[in-house]
Amino acid sequence: MAKTKNKVIILLVLAALIALVPLFALKGAEFGGSDDAGSQVISEITGTDYQPWFTPVMETWIGGELPGEIESLLFCVQTGIGVGILFFFLGRFVERTKNENEKKKKGIGQSASV
Amino acid sequence: MNIKEKGFFISVTAISLLFGILPVANAMHIMEGYLPVGFCIAWGAICIPFLVIGYQSIKKTISANRKSITLLAMAGAFIFVLSSLKIPSVTGSCSHMTGTGLGAILFGPAAVSILGIIVLIFQAILLAHGGLTTLGANTFSMAIAGPFLTYGIYKLCQLMKINKYVGIFLAASIGDLFTYCVTSVELALAYPSATGDFLASALKFLAVFAPTQLPLAIIEGILSVVIIMGLETYAKPELTKIGFLVGGKM
Repeated sequence: MAKTKNKVIILLVLAALIALVPLFALKGAEFGGSDDAGSQVISEITGTDYQPWFTPVMETWIGGELPGEIESLLFCVQTGIGVGILFFFLGRFVERTKNENEKKKKGIGQSASV
Repeated sequence: MNIKEKGFFISVTAISLLFGILPVANAMHIMEGYLPVGFCIAWGAICIPFLVIGYQSIKKTISANRKSITLLAMAGAFIFVLSSLKIPSVTGSCSHMTGTGLGAILFGPAAVSILGIIVLIFQAILLAHGGLTTLGANTFSMAIAGPFLTYGIYKLCQLMKINKYVGIFLAASIGDLFTYCVTSVELALAYPSATGDFLASALKFLAVFAPTQLPLAIIEGILSVVIIMGLETYAKPELTKIGFLVGGKM
C-alpha cells in the first residue's frame, strides 16, 4: 500500500513536470493549438488560403467566433463534469474500502475476545 | 491508511487543479469544414459498425453486472477530463490527450467508441472544437483507431508477460500517439500534396502533430497507470467483475 502510494506520487509529479516544463523552458512561445498549425499545412499544400466550407454550429448560433473567455469556461465545464464523476465514484470506493477494513478489524477484535 | 488516502487525494486534486488553470488554446481534431463532403460521409460510414458493436458491448457489460456502470462512467469521465486539458508541449504549441486508453483497457476498444463520440459531440457543438461535419473522421481516429491499438498492445504485453503497469503505460501512450497518426493520414487523404503524393502529405501533417503529442502521450500513459492503481486499491470487486483482475488477485 505504501509502495503504491509512493509510486502514484512519483508518477503524478513526473506527469506535472512534463506538462509544465515547456511552459517555463520556452519563454515567449505562443502555445497556439496544433490545429492551427494543421490548417497552415493545408494552405501550404493546396497553395491557397483554405476556406472551411462549414462553420461550427455554435459560431452560427451566436453569429461570430466564440469569445476566448467563454471558450475556456466551456472547457472548464467539461473538465468539471469529468472530474466530478471520476472522483465522486472514487470517493465512494475509498469510503467503502475503509468501512470494510474497519468491519474486518472489529470482527477480528470480537473473535479474539470470545 | 487514512493519511495515505488523504495524501493520494490531495496530490490528485492538486494535479488536476494545476492542469485546469493552464492556458487554453485550440488544438487537435480536424476542424469543422476542413474535410471535403465525400470524406466526411465516408468516415462517418466507417464508424457506424464500430458504434453498433460498441453499443452492444456496453449493453452486454451492463446487463452482466449493473454495478460495472460506475466504472464505465469513470472511464467516460476520464476521457472528458483528459480531452479538455490543453497542455503546453515542447514544440511551443498546445494539444490535448485523448484519455481513451483507460476505457479500452478496462472495457475493450468497442465500448470506447461510444464514450469517445459523446465527448466529441460535446466539443463539436459547444466548444467549436472538432466539428459535426468532421465528427466521423475524428471519431475514427480518437475513439476507434487509437483504442483498438491500445487494446492490442495491452493484450500483447500481457501475452509477453511484461509488467502490467508498463503494459498499460505503453498501451495508453502509443494509442494516444496513434490517434494523431490516423488524424494525419485522414488529412493527407483529403489533401494529397500537389507535387508529391499522399505519403508526402501525410508526413507533413505528422511532422506537425507528432512532436507536440509525444510528451502528452507520455503523460496520458502515466495518468492511466495512476488511475488503474487507484482503482485496484479501492475498487477490487468491480475490476474483478469486469474481468480486469482475475480471481480478485492483484
